[in-house]
Amino acid sequence: MPLSENAVEPSTSDGDARVLRFTRAQRAVHWTFAVLAFGCLFTAVALYVGPIATLVGRRALLRSVHLTCGYLMLVPLLLGLLSRAFRADVRRLNRFGPDDTRWLRSQPARRSGRLSVGKFNAGQKVAAAFVLGSVLVFLATGMAMADLGGVWSLTVRTGSTLVHQWLAFAFGVVVVGHLRLALRDRHAMSGAITGWVPRSWARSEHPDWAVDDAPVSG
Amino acid sequence: MPATPVDAEVTGPPVGRRLVLGLLGLGAVGMVVGSRVQDALGGAISAVQRADPTGVTALVPGGSGFQFYSVTDQEPTIDAGTYRLNVGGLVEAPRSFTLQDLAALPQTDLVRDFQCVTGWRVRAVPWSGVRLSDLLSQVSPSTGATALRLTSLDGAYTESLTLEQARRPDMLVATKMLGAAVTPDHGGPVRLYAAPMYGYKSLKWLGGIELVAAVQPGYWERRGYDVDAWIGRSNGRADAPV
Repeated sequence: MPLSENAVEPSTSDGDARVLRFTRAQRAVHWTFAVLAFGCLFTAVALYVGPIATLVGRRALLRSVHLTCGYLMLVPLLLGLLSRAFRADVRRLNRFGPDDTRWLRSQPARRSGRLSVGKFNAGQKVAAAFVLGSVLVFLATGMAMADLGGVWSLTVRTGSTLVHQWLAFAFGVVVVGHLRLALRDRHAMSGAITGWVPRSWARSEHPDWAVDDAPVSG
Repeated sequence: MPATPVDAEVTGPPVGRRLVLGLLGLGAVGMVVGSRVQDALGGAISAVQRADPTGVTALVPGGSGFQFYSVTDQEPTIDAGTYRLNVGGLVEAPRSFTLQDLAALPQTDLVRDFQCVTGWRVRAVPWSGVRLSDLLSQVSPSTGATALRLTSLDGAYTESLTLEQARRPDMLVATKMLGAAVTPDHGGPVRLYAAPMYGYKSLKWLGGIELVAAVQPGYWERRGYDVDAWIGRSNGRADAPV
């Protein structure tokens, strides 16, 4: 839930204090990846959904945009590994904390403050793993689908097409969910865009994040 | 006491890695067995799709309905009243056919699959129209003619056939498809249906047929696809022949 203005008011002492949630490098990775993902999704819709494909046409162009965006998707992630902050967050996303399984199972309790939540909640960890796994599967199946030379057998290419299509549906659902949750929370959005979040928000949403160690601006 | 939260963030079980590897495993399994799943599901899904007036189920992957591939910005708009099919080149009697002219020629019905080179196949599609061989005998190809160059009405798409291939009984200048006039999306009012070959041979919005001395590769053929597009014997594929 986004904090209302009223919820921030009582702690006026640090109501304006902000913590750095994402560095410039991390935001560059995120937004480059987002542009590529949308490039893939929009061209996928224009190639695949019959009535829209009829309107748009231009398959050769769409195909090369789709393939280019797809092949490039791993690049921002790999470049991100050059950033210490990015590597630290990859470790955080990878590891489940003591309460993360309970967090996933308990819708009301996850907001009660009784479950520990670090820089990322368990839902964000699962989503991140899903996105990385999906990109790798898209890459493998997409390469099989794009291959005209017959290196991959027909059976594998048909199977790849099916996997690619079903996974694209799941991926689209996850992207819509990601956008919904982000757009509902302006502080989360501010973290994604400027890198900075209010300290009060961080304490409420990610209480066990090492807030005191993070850079703070007054 | 459990480990402090900060420690837990980097020492807990690597669930993320397990999820990624699990997804990769599922993807690999899908790549190997997906083809069989598709065969099992395709019939059931396409039955649902045919019975669905909203068309929403057409989005379900693995069905076997037509998919629309276009090489241009938009479909040509064609007035059936002024439609002409121009047949010329190396022929004794070049001629321009209206829809009435085509309807006056012997009509042939075929019920055959449509197989796309990308893998999907629509089973048992009813096609009707004039055999290409019947059309060709109207214009009497000259002795030097060995091949056909087919063009779409907007000139954007071209295809090729040898004269021998064109004279097969399963090569159709189709004016009906799926029990009705060929719709604009399917290439109406007149399209080619080259039954034994992959779908890219079945040129839509047929506007011209030119008899030529040698095969001139068509649109997709200049982009790497086989000129002789026999189903199951070209493009590195092994589909059942039509």
